Amino acid sequence: MTQYLDFEKPLAEIEGKAEELRALARANEEMDVADEAAALDAKAAQLLTDLYKDLTPWRKCQVARHPERPHCQDYIKALFDEYTPLAGDRNFADDHAVMGGLARFEGRPVMVIGHEKGSDTKSRIERNFGMARPEGYRKAIRLMEMAGKFGLPVITLVDTPGAYPGKGAEERGQSEAIARATEACLQIGVPLVSVVIGEGGSGGAVAFATANRVAMLEHSIYSVISPEGCASILWKDAEKMREAAEALRITAQNLNELGVIDTIITEPTGGAHRDSPAAIQAVKVAIQEMLEDLDGLKPAELVKDRRQKFLDMGAKGLAA
Amino acid sequence: MNWITNYVRPRINSIFSRREVPENLWHKCSECGTMLFHRELSDNLNVCTSCDHHMAITPRARFEALFDGGIFTEVAVPEPVADPLKFRDQKKYPDRMKAAQKKTGEEEAMLVACGEIGRTPIVATAQDFSFMGGSMGMYVGNAIIAAAQEAVKLKRPLVLFSAAGGARMQEGILSLMQMPRTTVAVQMLKEAGLPYIVVLTHPTTGGVTASYAMLGDVHISEPNALICFAGPRVIEQTIREKLPEGFQRAEYLLDHGMLDRVTPRTKMRQELITITRMLLGLPPQVVGDLPAPAPEEQNAAEEVAPDASSEEAAE
Ligand SMILES: [Zn+2]
Repeated sequence: MTQYLDFEKPLAEIEGKAEELRALARANEEMDVADEAAALDAKAAQLLTDLYKDLTPWRKCQVARHPERPHCQDYIKALFDEYTPLAGDRNFADDHAVMGGLARFEGRPVMVIGHEKGSDTKSRIERNFGMARPEGYRKAIRLMEMAGKFGLPVITLVDTPGAYPGKGAEERGQSEAIARATEACLQIGVPLVSVVIGEGGSGGAVAFATANRVAMLEHSIYSVISPEGCASILWKDAEKMREAAEALRITAQNLNELGVIDTIITEPTGGAHRDSPAAIQAVKVAIQEMLEDLDGLKPAELVKDRRQKFLDMGAKGLAA
Repeated sequence: MNWITNYVRPRINSIFSRREVPENLWHKCSECGTMLFHRELSDNLNVCTSCDHHMAITPRARFEALFDGGIFTEVAVPEPVADPLKFRDQKKYPDRMKAAQKKTGEEEAMLVACGEIGRTPIVATAQDFSFMGGSMGMYVGNAIIAAAQEAVKLKRPLVLFSAAGGARMQEGILSLMQMPRTTVAVQMLKEAGLPYIVVLTHPTTGGVTASYAMLGDVHISEPNALICFAGPRVIEQTIREKLPEGFQRAEYLLDHGMLDRVTPRTKMRQELITITRMLLGLPPQVVGDLPAPAPEEQNAAEEVAPDASSEEAAE
């Protein structure tokens, strides 16, 4: 059963009615509901298209956080063979908010790293809702450096509300871990491509997404601060998140216009969670294209490409 | 003729030399409540003479005290696109900028300068907390890149004084992108084999801490400075418990291995001289009569003359 977002309420009603009709028909063989249900389906499909045609930034934020949206492990499972998770930062712990390991992408050995939010209460707690601690970033650094050493491309999947704001995380150097992860991204002499699949939350996202090429799913977001956080600081009212989401320019479309990301990946109508296989396939194509784009570049050229990309970033603003 | 007359004094001198009586001759220490005479306070680098509380200090005042004879030349910072996101909250971003410029007399939240400390040539850059909380936007990123490039060009160490509430929200994603941009700047210094010393001052938080402020060869902090990624309030809301006394303060970070040293502001200059000279393989600082500086630097100092004088003329 789909979980509906608040703005999908009218849709929930129509889809609920169709579902109810079919259930009645199953219980009562004499009832013929096919036409009526089909009409409702068509109405629902049209409404879905209309709703998603022009999502506001805040609605995109809601879609990006949808609990049924495909997560890092869904992508890894579907797009990679021989995935061999590698654990630990060799210093303190293994952070379950960050998955990573060796895998084959289209037969080619790669290093895949991503944030994992979890998919039910138990796994969400285990994954800390995708909020990494210093160990997570340090594990990522270790894997990136290993990839650099063995010439394996790195693919990162970004989906985090942000780095975990906890006591232990601060004591163990959350800032330093993020700074070093960003540095590692900029240093490795192998292709590094990144896809924001859900939430690109602040520094916790940058630590993975300082890549040669960055793609974003159509309804994912990437932001310096959550809309709620921004609203409570600038509007002194967390309920002004719609205004904040608008002002912050967090959508793939805005970020593409600003030159912060390179590619927008089209999602199935109604968001990635309505047709996960299609969304995952689209991400696969984007990763292929980004990697192909970097083929033939030498290690020093890859490093230069990445640094120049960020040095040049922000040279243009949004059109008035 | 004294060689010093060949120098153009930085702008701050002309501001201070104006014959005006400041409005507030007395300043109350926010920590101990002692009333401090403004001259006494500024002579002590805005450190309370009664309780050693370190109050905020502007980059200009800091550089005045840091560089030999208070002499430094500003390094130009490339101007970023103004209001790149057309950001609107309850105020327009350009209006906030104008208010900050008026309040501080500065263009933006970071100052970059060249000069000598104990006859050791360095490049220094300092963040201005009084300018929109020192927040890191495109300008601050450009300033750090300009500082690193200048240091590499002149083969000098870079000393960076951080002070910021974090990223500048009004520049949205572009403020976030200063994390990788400034990291590239740090890498330029590393590859040139030049020392990069970070002096973390109160407060250094958020994306600033999680990028250039934590990538130094040496990390020094002023006493009791708040240094963190997530602020204490956010953490208390998340974990729903009270944080211990001194949490995320400089001494706490020193204990947890994130800093090399905690040094009072009044001793900072000497310490920076000692450390940079050792890292550069130079002999100990010569104390006493100094020879006139090399002509190259005099020229550099004179280059700012028209600007500085027009500044005065305008006032
Ligand atoms: Zn005091």
